[in-house]
Amino acid sequence: MSQPTNQQRRAFLAEVTGVAAATVVAPGVLLQSVANAAPRDTAVTDDVRYGMLIDTTKCADGCSDCVSACDKENGLDLMEKPEGASDELWEMQRPRWIRQVKLRNNLTGRVTSLPMMCQHCEKPPCVDVCPTGASFRRADGIVMVDRHTCIGCRYCMMACPYNARSFIHENVQLKTTATPRGKGCVESCNLCVQRRDNGGTTTACQDACKHGAIVFGDLKDPNSAVSQAMAKYPTVQIRADLQLNTGVRYTDV
Amino acid sequence: MKRKSGFSLLLVLCLGLLGGLGTAQAGEGVEGTARADKLDACVAPTATMRRSHFELIKHQRDVTVHLGIRKTDNSLAGCVDCHVRKDAQGKQVPVNAPGEFCAGCHEYAGASLDCFTCHATKPTGN
Repeated sequence: MSQPTNQQRRAFLAEVTGVAAATVVAPGVLLQSVANAAPRDTAVTDDVRYGMLIDTTKCADGCSDCVSACDKENGLDLMEKPEGASDELWEMQRPRWIRQVKLRNNLTGRVTSLPMMCQHCEKPPCVDVCPTGASFRRADGIVMVDRHTCIGCRYCMMACPYNARSFIHENVQLKTTATPRGKGCVESCNLCVQRRDNGGTTTACQDACKHGAIVFGDLKDPNSAVSQAMAKYPTVQIRADLQLNTGVRYTDV
Repeated sequence: MKRKSGFSLLLVLCLGLLGGLGTAQAGEGVEGTARADKLDACVAPTATMRRSHFELIKHQRDVTVHLGIRKTDNSLAGCVDCHVRKDAQGKQVPVNAPGEFCAGCHEYAGASLDCFTCHATKPTGN
């Protein structure tokens, strides 16, 4: 091998090692590899089931921190009122993943405040009725909408006993990278799925709740905070009579 | 060397094409400000990307949405992150703006560009 060839090879190697995580397919052509923090590289499994416990005794009346945090995390605060729509219509139709609900016991007069969102049922009615398979339950228990296949028929909105889903009526100008959003699709709480897939352990609403009313975690892990709390306190599923086995549970309702 | 110069020629042609399509309005992306502008090739050879980028993205979307796999070279977020250019003021220009990376070719080819009715056209950080 002649000297010039060796030098070329050295220069070439230097070029290759200079670029991190690059593959060579042809001389001088490097294929780029995208460097990410710690995103998931294997499929989700049913070894975990994500869920939440909401302690309604801690949930303060008039506080909406979880709703604002959810809006910010999922780009809902970027939505604008469509031109020509009245304030009343917009308040009624604007997407909300968490609703603030107040329950009043008519016999005793006791009022309970609680956040109501997708309950992530084990047997979700929204998935049953979806004609395209867009509404689906992920292996780890998260019920979500594949917007690529959603046709906007809104059967799922009618089927949901919790009124948890929203519909996007108009074109959306601003959206976040993690939560795409467009006209004609249904959406609802996905337990901050982008955090699940990137190694996060909390949800935005849990982080925002200064009263500690929301505990999120793996229902199948007996040592998780949420399982420990459920073993300790009496909890209920809302509309337990429907036997949907919800992933979101409440205390003192 | 021959191959490299071939690619350079293609690049020059492509730039000429984009330049021809781009209008002289404010906020136009400046060539060389995207990370991709400084690289020889994308996640697959240029010819493959030109012919099949939509197949890579379409496959990836199902894998990501249903299986939760986000560690990939084929995510649309990755495309936008690498190909977004900045204007003279240093502000990022949406990739679907006239003449920008995505819209430039799609306009020329007359192929509709549906990704961005829902997906972010600039990296948003979250």
